[in-house]
Amino acid sequence: MGVTSKILVVDDDPYILMSLEFLMRKSGFEVMIARNGTEALQLLDSHNPSVVLLDIMMPDVDGYAICKFIKSTEKHKLCKVVFLSAKSKEADIQKGYDLGADLYITKPFANKDLVNKIKTMIV
Amino acid sequence: MSSWIVIVCGLLYLVLLFAVAYFAEYKLKKGKSLINNPYVYALSLCVYCTAWTYYGSVGRAATEGIDFLGIYIGPTLAAALFFPVLSKIIQITKAQRINSIADFISTRYGKNISIASVISVVCIIAVIPYIALQIKAIAISLNVLTANTLAENSVIYITLVLAVFIVIFGTRSVDASEKHEGMVAAVAFESVVKLVAFVAAGIFVTYGAFNGFTDVFEQAAAKTDLRKLFTLNGENVYMSWFTIIILSMSAVLFLPRQFQVGVIENVSEKHLKKAVWLFPLYLLFINVFVLPIAFGGKLLLPATTDADTFVLAIPLFFKHDVLSLLVFIGGLSAATSMIIVETIALSTMVSNNLVMPILFSQHAFVSGVDQSIRKLILYIRRFSIILILLIALLFDVFIAQYFSLVSIGLISFAGIAQLAPSILGGIYWKSASKTGALVGIIIGFTVWFYTMIVPALANTQLINASILINGPFGISWLNPTALFGLKGFDSITHGLIWSILLNVAAFFWISLYTKLSAQEVIQAELFVDISKYNVPEQSLIWRGTAYMPKLHKLLANFIGQARAQNLINNYANRHKIDLEKQGNADPLMVNFVERILAGVIGSASARIMVSTVTKEEEISLKEVFKMLHESQQFIELNKELRKKSLELTKASEQLKEAYSQLKKMDEAKDEFLYTVTHELRTPLTSIRSLSEIVHDNTDLDEEERQKFLKAVVTETERLSHLITQVLNLEKYENGRQQLHLSSFDFVKFTEETIASFAILAKENGVDFKLNMPNSMLLIRADKDLLQQVMVNLIGNAMKFTKTGDCIEVHVVEDTEQLEVTVSDTGKGIPLEWQPFIFDKFFQAKNQTTKKPLGTGLGLAICKRIIEMHGGSIVVKSEPEKGARFTFTIPTFA
Repeated sequence: MGVTSKILVVDDDPYILMSLEFLMRKSGFEVMIARNGTEALQLLDSHNPSVVLLDIMMPDVDGYAICKFIKSTEKHKLCKVVFLSAKSKEADIQKGYDLGADLYITKPFANKDLVNKIKTMIV
Repeated sequence: MSSWIVIVCGLLYLVLLFAVAYFAEYKLKKGKSLINNPYVYALSLCVYCTAWTYYGSVGRAATEGIDFLGIYIGPTLAAALFFPVLSKIIQITKAQRINSIADFISTRYGKNISIASVISVVCIIAVIPYIALQIKAIAISLNVLTANTLAENSVIYITLVLAVFIVIFGTRSVDASEKHEGMVAAVAFESVVKLVAFVAAGIFVTYGAFNGFTDVFEQAAAKTDLRKLFTLNGENVYMSWFTIIILSMSAVLFLPRQFQVGVIENVSEKHLKKAVWLFPLYLLFINVFVLPIAFGGKLLLPATTDADTFVLAIPLFFKHDVLSLLVFIGGLSAATSMIIVETIALSTMVSNNLVMPILFSQHAFVSGVDQSIRKLILYIRRFSIILILLIALLFDVFIAQYFSLVSIGLISFAGIAQLAPSILGGIYWKSASKTGALVGIIIGFTVWFYTMIVPALANTQLINASILINGPFGISWLNPTALFGLKGFDSITHGLIWSILLNVAAFFWISLYTKLSAQEVIQAELFVDISKYNVPEQSLIWRGTAYMPKLHKLLANFIGQARAQNLINNYANRHKIDLEKQGNADPLMVNFVERILAGVIGSASARIMVSTVTKEEEISLKEVFKMLHESQQFIELNKELRKKSLELTKASEQLKEAYSQLKKMDEAKDEFLYTVTHELRTPLTSIRSLSEIVHDNTDLDEEERQKFLKAVVTETERLSHLITQVLNLEKYENGRQQLHLSSFDFVKFTEETIASFAILAKENGVDFKLNMPNSMLLIRADKDLLQQVMVNLIGNAMKFTKTGDCIEVHVVEDTEQLEVTVSDTGKGIPLEWQPFIFDKFFQAKNQTTKKPLGTGLGLAICKRIIEMHGGSIVVKSEPEKGARFTFTIPTFA
């Protein structure tokens, strides 16, 4: 893992963002925060992060659409996508993987578990 | 006009008639029936309008005024009876394969041959003069048109051509209960021709010779002798009018030709629906011009002109040859259509009820019946047709001159009216007996003959005229014109009163005191309760032994081997009868063969024929009643079963409905649960994650620790608020929440509610604008629940109102209703969302908007609470202009 891998955290709930920001920074990521799809797309373009933590149900553009965009854009072909969603139905999870997601973690999550999974993924 | 033109046109018209009839039968062979059509059916009924109508109405109008209308008012009234009476007769006729009115009555009274013969005689005597009248009308019209230059016997040739037509199209099939396709089509065609011709003459007189109706009527009213024609005149005139109406009512139903086209030739009972109004409409059209033509003739033509010929004489007077010919053809069509149908109906009766019974009563004949019988029957019918026309011609030449045109028609009507009691009684009264009917008809008909025919004969000196003054043998109360001393009525009314009175009295009195035979009881049941027995198999009462090959051979003799084979096989298939089985034939089959034979030779003769090949056992009256009772029970059971199965179908449909409803509700509940868990997970996620952070990171600085813990507290509150709301909503929705009603002042209540927002309002920099009555506003409602509504609405408004703006709250009382409006100045709600914003979790599911703070249940709860109070809540909003929520509740819920 690079010294400062960039991670983009996208969620519309301020408190979840609060904890994710803390956790990721502590794990050594350079953290960027987006509160909605539009912000996420802007940050993706300007910072080209290597990991995106993505909520699904969001105002404006939803998580699925962002994932699809990342996976179909040459510039982001190395970018890993991790869905972090309260949607726990089999169909929703499958849809995430079908769109090319690398991981799908359901809310609520255990901090250690989340951090481990992300770290393992990018090694 | 030159006589050969007239003759050629007349013959050409008859050729056209042949063509129409052939065309109809050709179409039928190709599989399309022209007469299976309500309009054709209605037009065929108009055979009622004969030459008597065509020429005679004008003649009568010119002498008696509007009196002539009675003959059309009767049928118009009778049309109202088509449904109860005619449709019942049609059903019975179809079920029993009846082929004439005599057959109908004899079938009803136990398939009795003597009654069939008597009625046939009645019909022949009553109707042949009427046929002669038509021939006379043709002859008169020919004379008028050719100014008497035509040979005397020209009418004989026309009758001869008609005879050929009737023989060809009237005896197509040996089965008289079958439809005469070509004949009916031709008759319907003739109805059109006579209407067109008469109306053309009427228009010519009214608008050609005069300047419209007003002109004719004004000129007529100016003359004293014509003015009286606008009203009914004479002694006891209303009574004679009433007589005419009653007579024509019975005539339109029971005249042999009307029975033929209306019942025997009826293809579908449904056709009655159109005939009920089309037939009276036709009568109306053909009568519109009667008075103008009558007045026109009186005003224009020399006084010596016979009023019966006005229709023809006026166009001739104006030397309008084409119209004169058209009118002549119209009259010809009226006469010929009547002659055709009446002759066919009578010939069936003569052959089936007079000739054949004599043959069948000869044992030697019956035992010698073979294939040739079919030819014989057809020859008998053809011979009857020629004979009937011949008698009519003879009557026309030798006797008709002694009767007036009008009286022949009405006398004929009165003769046929003698059948009415036994027909109507027969289809509505189970106790009506054969003897009652027979004696009634014989008495009625005798009195008819004595009071209507004898005086005419006396006038002609054929019998001693002193009978009219002193009565027969000097017995004055037997005077045929004043029977039992009844005076003051015209001869028709006088005769009708006595004949019908004695007829009905005999019919009822004898019926009441005679014991019915088994056969009569069965037939009475089948006729009166036809709606129960429209499937003939359900009504089978027969016991005996029959040998199938013999039955088969019998049927084959009458209708041909191929057809018999076909019918028997089909019937056996339909009723699961094993034809291979040796020995006795199935009773169903015996009954079926008898019914088919009845169509050919009439029910009475058919019964005789079937009895020659079967051994019928006597069934006692007691047994008949028992069997009827059983078949009744069977029918009832069937009905019951059908009803039950219908109920079952309905129930299963209801279950299906309920199931799909439940499924939908179940799906909605799943969805709700999923959304609720999803909504719970969000605060849960941050609570868990943040507390883990605090737990795992002991080195957090105080400020950060406080921040995280405060977030945990906030999210916990959100969680518990959400849970409360979910539980509340669930409670309101399943109706477990009861309203705790109390009376309170809504103004004060609102003020208090708003006060509770004071701090928040100050923080957000938002003002309140209140608009409420100054006085107290007492209402009765659940205060706690209403508070939830107000808090939700104001809370929502607060979320969307920018700093510096204000929230408006309006409270209005209006006729026992309270109307509360909360409006904000926020960004509003898009139109397409407005129908859904009261749905649960609408905002949660609709993820393209910025998630406002809240649970997504607030408005759903508000709606529920308002509805529980019997009120309603609506939203009005335009984007960027804020939203206005208005709820209305009764002030005293």
